[in-house]
Amino acid sequence: MTKKDVLVLKDLLGTNKQVAAEIRRELRSRGILCVNLLSSPGSGKTALLEALADRMGTTYRMAVIEGDIETERDAERIRAKGVPAWQITTGGACHLEAKMVGKVLPDVPAAIDFLFIENVGNLVCPAGFDLGESLRCVLLSSPEGDDKPKKYPQAFLTADVLILTKSDLVPFLPFDPDKATAEALTVNPRLRVFRVSALKGEGMDKLAAFFADALARERAGRA
Amino acid sequence: MHELSIVASLFEILEEKAREQNAVRITAVKLRVGRLSGVVPDLIESAFDTIKKGTLAEGSCLEIEVAPFDFKCRRCGGNAFLEDPATACASCGSTDIELVGGMDLVVEKIEIEVADP
Repeated sequence: MTKKDVLVLKDLLGTNKQVAAEIRRELRSRGILCVNLLSSPGSGKTALLEALADRMGTTYRMAVIEGDIETERDAERIRAKGVPAWQITTGGACHLEAKMVGKVLPDVPAAIDFLFIENVGNLVCPAGFDLGESLRCVLLSSPEGDDKPKKYPQAFLTADVLILTKSDLVPFLPFDPDKATAEALTVNPRLRVFRVSALKGEGMDKLAAFFADALARERAGRA
Repeated sequence: MHELSIVASLFEILEEKAREQNAVRITAVKLRVGRLSGVVPDLIESAFDTIKKGTLAEGSCLEIEVAPFDFKCRRCGGNAFLEDPATACASCGSTDIELVGGMDLVVEKIEIEVADP
């Protein structure tokens, strides 16, 4: 018996990255802006999508892929806004993977403008999995506390946009949006930061305008 | 907490390599796990020890090298390997820095036994 060393150098997430790259190519060729929303459970991802549907639903064609461990609830909330939605229930998995999105993609109409993917509520695991999105948004709600960016750096480091949600609750909480922003920017200086209240509408027009602009840039091939 | 699915992909890679190399046994596996890969080395080890039973890697030992954060400065081009996420370039002070390493999850190499010719 002879022992020998074999160099492997293979990425354990290689398959996911490959599938994500194919999805990105496909969506870009269709002129669709794909946005991956990730955050802790209960930080307002679905409420944000409902509020975006109210503002953008008449001008733009949106579609939503919902990721949850169980239930169809989030997809039902989105459909109630007249936006087509597909629910992926992972049955326990803590994040969405590109191949799960790939399975739903053939059902998504080709002629849409935005595909939002609401990831499984979890500020850790989804950050490691590219889904083929063009924009990754991390949400941080005021009740969660302003000290999260350094505690969960991967989510903030890999995101393009930080959305501070539930701004209407800030007066009642020991949450300092400036501190949260400053801390997030030390982790990732390239983050675009928005402060919104999906329920009261504060900051939502600005965020909707940002997405519209990102779509235009994507289509111009500059995103 | 998705270490089990990561280790399942690891075994797919190990099986493929073992077949390609006509390995009789896999005796060691070396992984490089970035500080920002989102996985916990201890949990990888536990999952590895569970899954390896009954495979060619049953008697193997797992070595995990934890890779630090690696930043590149977009202004001066400087690189820095750090324990903590950086806020500014160590050389020129610019905040326009980019994370270029620390997210890897890579099978570096394996040690195998092959039958003597």
